[in-house]
Amino acid sequence: MKILNKKIIAETNQIKIVRFEIYSPLIASKGNPGQFVMVMADSHSERIPLTLVDRDSKSQSITLIAQEAGFSTRRLARLQAGDSLFSILGPLGQPTEKKNYGKVILIGGGVGIAEIYPIAKAYKKYGNQITVIVGAKTKDLLILRKELEEISDSFYVTTDDGSAGSKGFVTDRLKELIDKENYDFVYAVGPLVMMKAVSDTSKEKEIKTAVSLSVLMVDATGMCGCCRVTVAGQTKFTCIDGPEFDAHEINWQEVIRRNNMYIDKEKHICKLDKLNKNEK
Amino acid sequence: MKNKVSPKELNSEERIESFKEVVLGYGGQEAVEEAKRCLQCAHPRCIEGCPVGIDIKKFIFQVAEKDFKGAFFTIKEKNNFPSICGRVCPAEYQCRKYCVLTKRNSYCASKNSINIHFLERFVGDYGIDRGLQLPVRANSKLTAKKAAVVGSGPAGLCIAGELARVGMQVVIFESLHKEGGVLRYGIPPFRLPRSILQNEIDYLKKIDVKIKLDTIVGRAITLDELRQKFSTVFLGLGAGVPSFLGVKGENLANIYSANEFLTRVNLMHAFEFPRYQTPVNIGRHIVVIGGGNTAIDSARVALRTQVINGLKPDVSVLYRRTEEQMPARRLEIEHAKEEGIKFRFLTQPTGFFPDGESFVQETESLECRLGEPDSSGRKRPVAKEGSNFKIKSDLVIIAVGLQSNRLLTSLTPSLKTDQWGNIIVDKDMKTSVPNVYSGGDVVGGEGTIIEAMGMAKKAAQAIINSSI
Repeated sequence: MKILNKKIIAETNQIKIVRFEIYSPLIASKGNPGQFVMVMADSHSERIPLTLVDRDSKSQSITLIAQEAGFSTRRLARLQAGDSLFSILGPLGQPTEKKNYGKVILIGGGVGIAEIYPIAKAYKKYGNQITVIVGAKTKDLLILRKELEEISDSFYVTTDDGSAGSKGFVTDRLKELIDKENYDFVYAVGPLVMMKAVSDTSKEKEIKTAVSLSVLMVDATGMCGCCRVTVAGQTKFTCIDGPEFDAHEINWQEVIRRNNMYIDKEKHICKLDKLNKNEK
Repeated sequence: MKNKVSPKELNSEERIESFKEVVLGYGGQEAVEEAKRCLQCAHPRCIEGCPVGIDIKKFIFQVAEKDFKGAFFTIKEKNNFPSICGRVCPAEYQCRKYCVLTKRNSYCASKNSINIHFLERFVGDYGIDRGLQLPVRANSKLTAKKAAVVGSGPAGLCIAGELARVGMQVVIFESLHKEGGVLRYGIPPFRLPRSILQNEIDYLKKIDVKIKLDTIVGRAITLDELRQKFSTVFLGLGAGVPSFLGVKGENLANIYSANEFLTRVNLMHAFEFPRYQTPVNIGRHIVVIGGGNTAIDSARVALRTQVINGLKPDVSVLYRRTEEQMPARRLEIEHAKEEGIKFRFLTQPTGFFPDGESFVQETESLECRLGEPDSSGRKRPVAKEGSNFKIKSDLVIIAVGLQSNRLLTSLTPSLKTDQWGNIIVDKDMKTSVPNVYSGGDVVGGEGTIIEAMGMAKKAAQAIINSSI
């Protein structure tokens, strides 16, 4: 499928976040907030899940946002407008529930900010009052700030280094908010450790909390069980039962450990990649 | 009685260094010699043992007469994929079990029974080498009809060919980025070389079958939308979701389902990491749990990943019953043993223990004895209390079967399923939804390639009959 547009939307010395618009009529017509797609950059690539950030039925395209986190996302980020993805499959997973919860806090961390955008839009549409907290390492990595600020009833920014908004983590802000006022629902997307921290924080006040898990997958249609997680003591497959789960019921330790299974391989391939680049 | 002719095989040292095919097959002279052993029974029972009813007696006679081309078309009347089935059919439980040379009441074929599968494979490969294929006989009443086939596994590939050959316009929808289903992601290349599969796919393309990869029916296209665009839909979705044991520690890192492990290696080429970028971890002490072909395939693939990565091979298969009760093909069990895979029978895993942090390090099991027969007629394994023991295992592959994948059926309430989630069909393989047929594992539960093909052929015939 052809890449119609590509834009680097955030960049530091180490990290790049890239937005793609990809021609994909079927996914553009069927995708819903909360769903994801599986992508292969080329015939030798890994299959990686990416959240469906937006879709446009007029141009029959979908928007995906990827942060260069490892080899596969870097490979993807090298593609340019006019290039084609080797494979894209979707929409996958259960769409988010279209529901009026009341007062909702949406939290996006890092590239997870991109993933709460479609959810925030949907929740707004269904009459929720939405408070959005976005967090990033530093100012330059804050994405979709304007878009999210526009649709939220309250909007907060946190950065690890204090270069924008308040210095600290999204959970610091979350704790402040829920200590002051009652909220009905929390929805978080970001790194696993951040989501776990959000879950721990909201659990103290017993506020129902959902997270969208981004874990390792292979086929993403329920066939392999790579993405299995324990939720409320039961094994669930993130690809077909999720990606959204009740955060307070997730065995976080297990999810985090399983997701780090290939760290050695990742280091190895990244080193090779660097060597190749230096040779060139 | 002449001695049976065994095909040449790669020696086990050479085998485990690569994914090269293990059984090298007959040459023409060997095939003729083996075919001449056939007694050409007046009432051949082997044919009854074949799920698709190949005229085995006739094709073997043709081989004996060196009429290989004739034999090819005899098989092709009933079996679309002789080169595939000749390699993967559990012939010792099917045709060969009913061969008159098998001892009566044996649980599987005697070694001396005719090597029907090797002959079939020889004939199939002969056909491929010479580009033989069934002729297309387009029926003018069918050329305007369109058929959608969902899934490109054995059932889907078979019915696509059947319908295209009578002139229907066929489109296959496949969710993965490559065709073949279980023939691609499941069965390893050392049992089924990919060139054989590719030959079947190329043939379908040649007779104008369109294949849409990366398309998930149910989500990207609904069944109702397919029904509006196509006069007939066939669902060959496959068996689906891997089962787990439900024991402690099962989700530790480095515990794989067989489907995941095999898909990473077979489909995603993880054994060629980092040239291919999908990783798979390599265990020093690998444990595989299960007794079916998938367990044996996983064990043999795992052993090869060890050897290719310069490790000493160490793979054990744990099975809760005895060797005789293993559902795996006898030939594969023998090959696995030759390659150095260890077997522990009457062993029931009860939990997995980590190395402190996240990775599995030990498998705990109970010893079993055989008790009364269960509903399957096999003696039930009964755990001996207090017999717990642990074995070292830094990578575990669980191959204890599959449950149906409800992705499409849950999104399509009108599609009726049974208590196991398998699609319900009538004798013509028709589902509860008009003009929608189904076959393969999504109907029958975990079965064989040839059974899936048999169902697909039945559906094809019903579709053709109702369309004329």
